Amino acid sequence: MTLLILEQVLNGLQFGVMLFLMAAGLTLVFGVMGLINLAHGSLFMVGAFAAAAVAGATGSYALALIASAAAAAFAGVLIETLVIRRLYARDHLDQVLATFALILIFSEGTRMTFGSFPLYLDVPEMLAGPVSLPFGIQYPLFRLVLIGAGLAVAAALYLLVTRTRVGIQIQAGEADREMIAALGVNISVLYTLVFALGAGLAGLAGALVGTLQSVEVGMGEPVLITAFVVVVIGGIGSIQGALVGAILVGLVQTLGAFLLPIWSTAVFGSQDAGAILSSMLIYILMALVLLVRPKGLMGGAA
Amino acid sequence: MIPERWFTVGIWAGLLAFALVAHAIGEAYWVTLATRAAIFAIAGIGLNLALGNGGMISFGHAAYFGLGGYVVGILATHVQTYVPIYDGLFVLEGTQSMLVTWPLAVLVGGLAAFVVGGLCLRTDGAYFIMITLAFGQMFYYFAISWSAYGGEDGMSIYVRGGFPGVNTLAPLPFFGLSFAVLTVVLMLVHRINASPFGLALNAVPSAAARVETVGISTKRLKLAAFVISGMITALAGALFADLNRYVSPAMFSWTISGEIMIFVILGGVARLIGPVVGAIVFVTLEELLGGLSDFWHIYLGALLLLIVLFAKGGITGAVVRPARAVPDG
Repeated sequence: MTLLILEQVLNGLQFGVMLFLMAAGLTLVFGVMGLINLAHGSLFMVGAFAAAAVAGATGSYALALIASAAAAAFAGVLIETLVIRRLYARDHLDQVLATFALILIFSEGTRMTFGSFPLYLDVPEMLAGPVSLPFGIQYPLFRLVLIGAGLAVAAALYLLVTRTRVGIQIQAGEADREMIAALGVNISVLYTLVFALGAGLAGLAGALVGTLQSVEVGMGEPVLITAFVVVVIGGIGSIQGALVGAILVGLVQTLGAFLLPIWSTAVFGSQDAGAILSSMLIYILMALVLLVRPKGLMGGAA
Repeated sequence: MIPERWFTVGIWAGLLAFALVAHAIGEAYWVTLATRAAIFAIAGIGLNLALGNGGMISFGHAAYFGLGGYVVGILATHVQTYVPIYDGLFVLEGTQSMLVTWPLAVLVGGLAAFVVGGLCLRTDGAYFIMITLAFGQMFYYFAISWSAYGGEDGMSIYVRGGFPGVNTLAPLPFFGLSFAVLTVVLMLVHRINASPFGLALNAVPSAAARVETVGISTKRLKLAAFVISGMITALAGALFADLNRYVSPAMFSWTISGEIMIFVILGGVARLIGPVVGAIVFVTLEELLGGLSDFWHIYLGALLLLIVLFAKGGITGAVVRPARAVPDG
């Protein structure tokens, strides 16, 4: 039992870091440009499909991963320059509607190109199979690599934002958009860059999650909505908040789905109550955070 | 450019006339399409009260639409299986009488909107949108995991619910019922708009501080509007369940929330008749483009994008002569 729980903790961590890759882009784009982007889930999907296509053509998983981030970043630059750019000065309603329209276009466009059947990405042979951890846990190596890769991306993002010139400009953009433009930073290029960065992270997450599950149209939106829960819990605009929120949501979701049905079988003799409760758990968590800290655990002003 | 009142009456009468003509020439399917438009319009009117009048951008109204549908579906399931809902101190049977199922759907929708709205109104702006979207998704997963009521498969309703003196099984009488509900809801919202409550609510998006200054709590005002909004959308969900004789978790999906929002935006935000226009256009597009291509949502997306970027008032805004200054958003 303890071993099973430890394994679920690892699963929760793995889910959490993938959520972080999504939530980081959302929260960056909101923090810097004040934009709420529903089409972030579409970029996740674009990444997954690009990876599946490249893996199918070349057989190389590494190339597939590079393609996922590149394709999503490219799609990000494309929609930023064509559509999103016109929305920064608009109210949130227009942003939601226009990015919802983008979801419809991306989803149907992908369905027209790739069809409605799911595609599959194989775990590369090098990373396939289980690995032995301390306490005698057998755990899939690929998931372990995901945890490591996710945390590495989080660290790289932290260094990028705090230690580089672009990162300082991003932070300045969050604090005062007009001032940084007045200081001679090309704000329009910076915005495109931030958007492309978020898009690339989403695309990478799409390819990695697509390897565990399947690659299909509509795969992005459930993840997007969960990432919203993460962002609300962590506080909009805060990357640290996104990391804390993502790990928290990942653990609560995974452990809840594992433990609650066991608990409900023991108490009521049926899994149903536990299954229902576990499906609602992260939203209840979000509601609790809202009751205590309406701006999120690490949020400032929205 | 025509006065808004004429346009409103014209659209209302046009929908009725379309159904009557379709019935007269024997096109039962067109009557059903008009019914679908009327029901979507009711859902849109519900959202418009929160979004258009109160400035609350709810991307989770599928929750109330689905709840309304599930109330009808659950009550009908108990009738179909002869299993009482509750069998203890007293016996509570299922029912298919619309006189019971509709008010119950409205009640459940209102309760859910009270809880969700109360939580969401602790925040505003982008948080509000994300949270309504997230809670909407919670109801979706709730419906999927509730295996006692169909889980992922949903529930079939073998026979459409009954209404005294009306043969609900035939297309035209059921359209008549739906259209009557639409008319009542339109009149209700018209009265709300003219009432002190409605006037104060309309002022909230553009001048919240002033509303507070004259001693009205904007939060209570918004919550009240959100609850009424959820109730109206739940009623639409109940009608939708009866129309299709089938409910499923898809009624709760976030795309439904988006579509209800499209009804409002296509037609024109904060206009009484806006959602009706939007719903009619949506059903028409669905029928015309859906017949041409399986991928008609791509055109819907393009249209929505163009409207958002270039035509903010929606269709009503483009056709109607402005009677008064309309605030942005």
